[in-house]
Amino acid sequence: MRARYALRFAALGYLALLLALPVAVVFVRTFGDGLGAVWSSITTPEALHAFWLTCVMVLFAVPANTVFGVICALALVRYEFRGKSALNACIDLAFAVSPVVIGLSLLLVYGRLGWFGDWLTDAGIRVIFAPPGMVLACIFVSLPFVVREVAPVLREIGTDQEQAASTLGASPWQTFWRVTLPAIRWGVAYGVVLTTARVLGEFGAISVVSGKLSGRTETLTLRVEERFQTFDLTGAYAASVVLAVMALATLLAMNLMKRGET
Amino acid sequence: MRAEAAVAAPRALLRSSLGGRWLGPGVATLYLSIIVLLPLAAVVTRSFDRGLGAFWRAVTSPQAVAALELTLLLSVAVVAINAVTGTLIAWVLVRDEFRGKGVVNSLIDLPFALPTIVAGLTLLALYGPKSPLGVNVAYTRIGLLLALLFVTLPFVVRAVQPVLLELDREMEEAAASLGAGDPTIFRRIVLPNLLPAILSGVALGFARSLGEFGSVVLISGNIPFKTEVASVFVFGQVESNNVVSAAAVSVVLLVVSLVLVAGVTAVSRRGERRAG
Repeated sequence: MRARYALRFAALGYLALLLALPVAVVFVRTFGDGLGAVWSSITTPEALHAFWLTCVMVLFAVPANTVFGVICALALVRYEFRGKSALNACIDLAFAVSPVVIGLSLLLVYGRLGWFGDWLTDAGIRVIFAPPGMVLACIFVSLPFVVREVAPVLREIGTDQEQAASTLGASPWQTFWRVTLPAIRWGVAYGVVLTTARVLGEFGAISVVSGKLSGRTETLTLRVEERFQTFDLTGAYAASVVLAVMALATLLAMNLMKRGET
Repeated sequence: MRAEAAVAAPRALLRSSLGGRWLGPGVATLYLSIIVLLPLAAVVTRSFDRGLGAFWRAVTSPQAVAALELTLLLSVAVVAINAVTGTLIAWVLVRDEFRGKGVVNSLIDLPFALPTIVAGLTLLALYGPKSPLGVNVAYTRIGLLLALLFVTLPFVVRAVQPVLLELDREMEEAAASLGAGDPTIFRRIVLPNLLPAILSGVALGFARSLGEFGSVVLISGNIPFKTEVASVFVFGQVESNNVVSAAAVSVVLLVVSLVLVAGVTAVSRRGERRAG
């Protein structure tokens, strides 16, 4: 019995010191300066633009990866083709590569000195140091979530119902919308939540490709760093708390979905 | 007609679902090629732009070597600690009962949900220059270790938890009835069953630590030879327009990541085969 309490104490103590206390301290510090200071800091034009730009990242990257994720999971689970295991490994690669390397890689393709640099300059399209490049970075870093959540669900539900539907004369589209999609909806939803959280919090790749122009290409995470480096701790904490609240909402959504699944 | 269709259905479904056999795999491959493979190929070719010699000089420059060494050292330390604490936390969450367990369980995912830059800032708030506890780990390797432990916490816990949940208690009861003590039961019965899960969590955590940037950037202070990790080094080289050097060190990181991905795939396949 004593051993059990010792283990419990050790585990909870570790979690408190590493996770709970630091986050709590940030909340206390933020609101220690009063609500007014926080409010005025998160409603400056730059802060509002950062918030808006973060939402833009989510609005582009999440739908793109959701559609791709479902198609890719279907391909991996329902089809046999050459290069399948290579495809599988490539998806994991997006998790294993450093965000900074991802940023650099986009720079080397779409940047001024990159592969498509001259062509893009001639066409007058700005990718790097502009939102399109940032969206590409977000898509790269959050690519695997939907695939990894949907594939196991697809494997589990099998093909019986899909076959039944198609025997009864349903077209492939009808089978997908009426049979497959409803069956995998929790997997898709969970993947979407994880993708959103990752895009909201993206920092490394974006800090390479954005150029960090305040009020133009600055997302909330970049703003946290910029405020911190300019010794505006109140501003850094305030932007952090906005992000932390979004993260807590994500956690809540994840928990509700786990309950919905069972 | 109907009967024939029924017999042919499985194959026809495979061929016709969503407009043909190749549409799904084709779209998936194309998307991955544009988003992932093309940019990574650019990094690899660029790193050899000025020949093998330049690549080698970039990778073996003292600052790059120091950054790579520190990154490897920290990653090994991080996963070693994670293997122990992650297994401990998973054990407590599965086998122990206490009030608030649900809250603690969802707290584990916090590092995945919280933006990494915020993670770094929160650690600085408690363990930084104005620490209410009176400890200051800013600009030290301890601080880096703390940041990496924060962001990699869920990997081992979430890998071990489901395995522990499904573990057959009868084996342990049998061992206990034969007179084995708790430590022996854990070492001889439980641990061997958990090992594949621990290893896969460790590998994921290792890959994450190798490339981690957001959470360490504020804490590290970027002091070359002391607290500069590989990702921060690459970032610095990009900022100072040293593209070949940045790309070369990136390639080293990429190769290590690739080896890890292959390793994890092999381990999880073996696990699946055993389970199946």
